[in-house]
Amino acid sequence: MSTPDPLLDYPLGERRPELVTTPAGTPLAEVTLDGLRSGRISPGELRATPQTLLHQAAVARAAGREQLAENFERAAELASLPDDEVLAVYTALRPRRATPVELEVIAQHLADVGAPRCSMFVREAAVVMAERGQLRPAG
Amino acid sequence: MSEEPRSERFRVRAQAPLRRETLIRPDPSLGLVAMNGPGDPAPSLVIEHGVVTELDGKPRERFDTLDRFIAAHGIDLEIAPEAMALSEEALARLLVDVDVPRAELVRLARGLTPAKLATVVGLLDPVEMMFALKRLRARRAPGNQAHVTNLKENPALLAADAAEAALRGFAECETTVGVSRYAPLNAMALLVGSQTGRSGVMTQCAVEERLNLRLAIQGLVTYAETLSVYGTDKAFEDGDDTPWSKAFLASAYASRGVKVRFTSGTGSEALMGHSEGCSMLALEARCLSLVRACGSQGVQNGAISCVALTMSLPGGTRAILAENLIAAWLDLEVASGNDAIASHSPTRRTAKLMGQFLPGTDFVTSGYSVMPRHDNTFGGGNYDADDLDEWMTLQRDWQVDAGIEPAGEEAVLAVRERAARAIQAVFDELGFPPVSDEEVEAATLCHSSHDVPDRDRAEDVLAADRVLAENITAADVALALDRRGFGEVAERVVGMQRQRVSSDYLQTSAVIDAAGAVHSAVNDPNDYRGPGTGYRLEGDRWALLQALPHELDPAGVGVVDATDGPGLLRDLGTSARGGAGDEVVVAVGPAFGGALRETIGGIPHEEVLRQVCAGIEEEGVRYRVVRIGRTSDVAFIAHDGAQLAGSGVAIGLQSKGTAVIHRADLQPLDNLELFGMAPLLRPDSYRQIGRNAARYANGGRASPVPLVLDNFARAKLIVRTALLHRRETEAIEPGAPAVDVTLA
Repeated sequence: MSTPDPLLDYPLGERRPELVTTPAGTPLAEVTLDGLRSGRISPGELRATPQTLLHQAAVARAAGREQLAENFERAAELASLPDDEVLAVYTALRPRRATPVELEVIAQHLADVGAPRCSMFVREAAVVMAERGQLRPAG
Repeated sequence: MSEEPRSERFRVRAQAPLRRETLIRPDPSLGLVAMNGPGDPAPSLVIEHGVVTELDGKPRERFDTLDRFIAAHGIDLEIAPEAMALSEEALARLLVDVDVPRAELVRLARGLTPAKLATVVGLLDPVEMMFALKRLRARRAPGNQAHVTNLKENPALLAADAAEAALRGFAECETTVGVSRYAPLNAMALLVGSQTGRSGVMTQCAVEERLNLRLAIQGLVTYAETLSVYGTDKAFEDGDDTPWSKAFLASAYASRGVKVRFTSGTGSEALMGHSEGCSMLALEARCLSLVRACGSQGVQNGAISCVALTMSLPGGTRAILAENLIAAWLDLEVASGNDAIASHSPTRRTAKLMGQFLPGTDFVTSGYSVMPRHDNTFGGGNYDADDLDEWMTLQRDWQVDAGIEPAGEEAVLAVRERAARAIQAVFDELGFPPVSDEEVEAATLCHSSHDVPDRDRAEDVLAADRVLAENITAADVALALDRRGFGEVAERVVGMQRQRVSSDYLQTSAVIDAAGAVHSAVNDPNDYRGPGTGYRLEGDRWALLQALPHELDPAGVGVVDATDGPGLLRDLGTSARGGAGDEVVVAVGPAFGGALRETIGGIPHEEVLRQVCAGIEEEGVRYRVVRIGRTSDVAFIAHDGAQLAGSGVAIGLQSKGTAVIHRADLQPLDNLELFGMAPLLRPDSYRQIGRNAARYANGGRASPVPLVLDNFARAKLIVRTALLHRRETEAIEPGAPAVDVTLA
């Protein structure tokens, strides 16, 4: 679907609008005031899909921004997760919020719901936070 | 403390606004050293089997949390051996070598450690840093961000200020709250106001992360720069985060369509008491390596709220420029501070600003206060509404684009009122506490929230709670606007939602233009490669930025119109040398009473002439008025007059009011008395000039001529001087003989 050089697709909204839809599948061109008025689109679908975020990750990587690309790849995984779940992971990664076991449960859950990069990220944090005394002691 | 100065001059200096600030000697043990500190780590990097085992002098077993994160995510191990092998001097030279492309500098930076970055930049002087920053800015064109707040959290005023900010060209508007429950309403007012002023302006509401994410999910904000990081573990922990939590938060924001910019800056670690003996810049370099490692597209840095602490130290201003430079070198979008008040001294504030203003950064300020300072709930503003003309004049002076566009009062008031009306309509449609017509009018015309009626804040807070409880989104706001006849604003609000869906603005340094096109470092990168290349303020944009509303058209200055009537003087005939020894000639310039009718000080020529002549007569001396048509130079006008005067004494009067008393035996450029600063002359000055000339003729003693004291007269009037003198010069008739004249 995308061209070999992601940079040529950017900005997606301008150059490849046909690649962009809302999570409900509405094409970008139909995201209009008229669409809202008529109820063809719902307010809740006005956000990026995981595919769009992955496309932005490819653009960032092609532009030489590896870490930004990895950020967008994590974002693509989080796009489908509920807000509270996302915020719970954030909280657990703050100092002395989670026990080692709790972090592992979160990491496993992320792996189970199709967020392997985020899962790995949490496991990596768990190792360093344990060594640095930034986890909450169990019990 | 020093004793009270004995010298009045020392005492006056000690009372200047500048001296309210504390300057302090460096103390590296407290982190109170701006850059190049004696305790700063020496750059080093050891990679074994694809793992960083030594970073900036520390073996892996002594890595702190930041080191661990930077080692894992912040250094490109492929590039590092090549980049770290270059000496600091060699890298510093590359930064100022115009023939080395930005892409190459950025590539090398991916392999550099924090200490290496700080050490290299520490070799540059301020002008070298500015040049490097100009080259390394990520986006082609510089931009600016506005702060929009008010003490009363009045929604009509927030909307009006956001609209004006948008009209003036700010690419982003940031608000915050005094009371956090207000956040949804402030975010909504900012969204409606900004889109009323110009489509495509991105907005944020700086509040706690959970609330901020909610606002983003509801489409009420599009960017966030609240993610603060610090350069030591202890400071980081005091900030209640880990590098992993911050990086995860950045991904969370991106997943909800929010452009993220981290925040860091020199001075924060010293302020928090956790500097570990390092210089401010050394720690900021760690922050910036971390910011990139976290995958943020950019950073707000430049000491930010700690600016006055960094600037208390020797080289503080330079260190702040250095941190902006490191961020740009790391390929990050830079919103370069200049938001918090840097100094009591306007001189010092502006001198500091030039480090970012002249090179141009992605956002020259990370918040220009578009309202008066006291309404800025971010803690004041380094530049505010009352300084807009200053900022735009500096742009015009330097031919530099620092992101603020001139706008006339009519255009400004139109968008302010429309924005206030738009949020009034939205509040009404959503059943929120009404915004009154008085509030709309005050929001349009006021100086600050002092002039705006009070609202029932308890009721507003309940409305704000409803925004969250009922999940009122930007789409609902657009529909409300649409129902109430604000279709264009509604379309623009939906346009921002379309931007969220495509998420192009998540890329580095992205801004959105009025046509909805995204400009980022991806599709509009800085392409500066030396003179004549890169972003230059020229063409239509330069025409726009230079045309300040109060600029004068030279063609209109000093023009005599029909209502001025016929000329003041009537010709009597060609002048001859007078025979009487008690005759003083009053010689006037070619435009006197004709093409020009008053002096630069606004005194009518008729009044000038009457005063001079009366002064001569008071001394019992006769006068004759002569027009010198051949020259506009006051010395020659007077000298010609002196040759005609029976006494040999003449007064020369230029039309702009400059006067000189001359005598026939003196060289033309010599004189008896010169009154070269016409703006300082009052009617009684001219009378005394007349008296003095008469006394030179009859052997009396001249008295001092009274003058207005105004040291700024030249700065104020030099343009009019040039234009008025030009008119006099245009009135010259080459070779024309002197003519006796009288009042018509």
